[in-house]
Amino acid sequence: MIAISDHNSAENVEAAIAAADSTSLTIIPGMEITSSEEVHILGLFDSVTAAQGVQKVIYEHLNPGQNNEEFFGSQYVVDKDDYVISENKRLLIGATDLSVSEVVETIHKFSGLAVAAHIDRERFGLLYQLGFLPEGLELDAVELTGNSKLSEVEEKFRCSIDLPQICDSDSHFLDDIGRRTTEFLVEAPTLSEIRLALKGIDGRWARCRGENHA
Amino acid sequence: MKLSDIIDELGLAVEVEDCCLDCEVRGCYLSDILSDVMANSGEGYLWVTIHIHPNITAVAQFKALAGVVVVNGRNPQPETLKKAEEHKIPIFTTDLSSYEIAGRLYAAGLRCKSEC
Repeated sequence: MIAISDHNSAENVEAAIAAADSTSLTIIPGMEITSSEEVHILGLFDSVTAAQGVQKVIYEHLNPGQNNEEFFGSQYVVDKDDYVISENKRLLIGATDLSVSEVVETIHKFSGLAVAAHIDRERFGLLYQLGFLPEGLELDAVELTGNSKLSEVEEKFRCSIDLPQICDSDSHFLDDIGRRTTEFLVEAPTLSEIRLALKGIDGRWARCRGENHA
Repeated sequence: MKLSDIIDELGLAVEVEDCCLDCEVRGCYLSDILSDVMANSGEGYLWVTIHIHPNITAVAQFKALAGVVVVNGRNPQPETLKKAEEHKIPIFTTDLSSYEIAGRLYAAGLRCKSEC
């Protein structure tokens, strides 16, 4: 199971799902959203429609600007066979004007899971940007992507994080996929099952696999 | 240097009334990474930032800062002002940029970690 979570966009999710059709791989539609505080929040959704709904809101709130391929690479939208359909010219590397809590609310409005992305990382990590978990922020989980354990992050920021954790690779390149993973005990690889596993309901669970199996 | 003198000197807009504006400012820090502010600012410092998130009041309270200057004409979120009023954290706004404000604070004699 992998989640396709581009920066502030979900335009390639549909192709990935089509490409994975007739394989055992499950694709979770996702998006890594940049808040106005430059905090990355990962949204995971149960359908392409939900991801597209969030995408519409995000595009309305994305700060204006055009992508420069020279610096940030080309932002192609492809089909399931990897043919380029179009090119996204928005400055997807930029931030939205939505606050962290507004981003979380938007994800929840579309029944998604809101995860504080790579909280162990300096750039765009919630704890680095905002110092600690804002009071009343309704996150569903926190994500670790480096080699750190949650306890190390808690110690570093002198705070306790009373939230479920997931571990993943935050891959920006194909070779990075699976560098770090989460193991789920669930009935099926679906978002609703992941939601139950994060809460530990009815024997389901989620746990980070090995600290580092690069 | 007194907070009230700095307000006059820089023409800052006072966003939170009923705050101790005659306290002594002991230094100044400029950063938009809150974890960095928590690590490197100090008691009685004036903090310059573009952040408008409620966490800025918590950082100011935690570090016992003299106040927070929000730059670039940005308006603190209502929740931020509510919390600031609750905890009596002076919050100011200005249309000037961080660069301009820092320059003026320095020119006024304020240093990071000034001994007062």
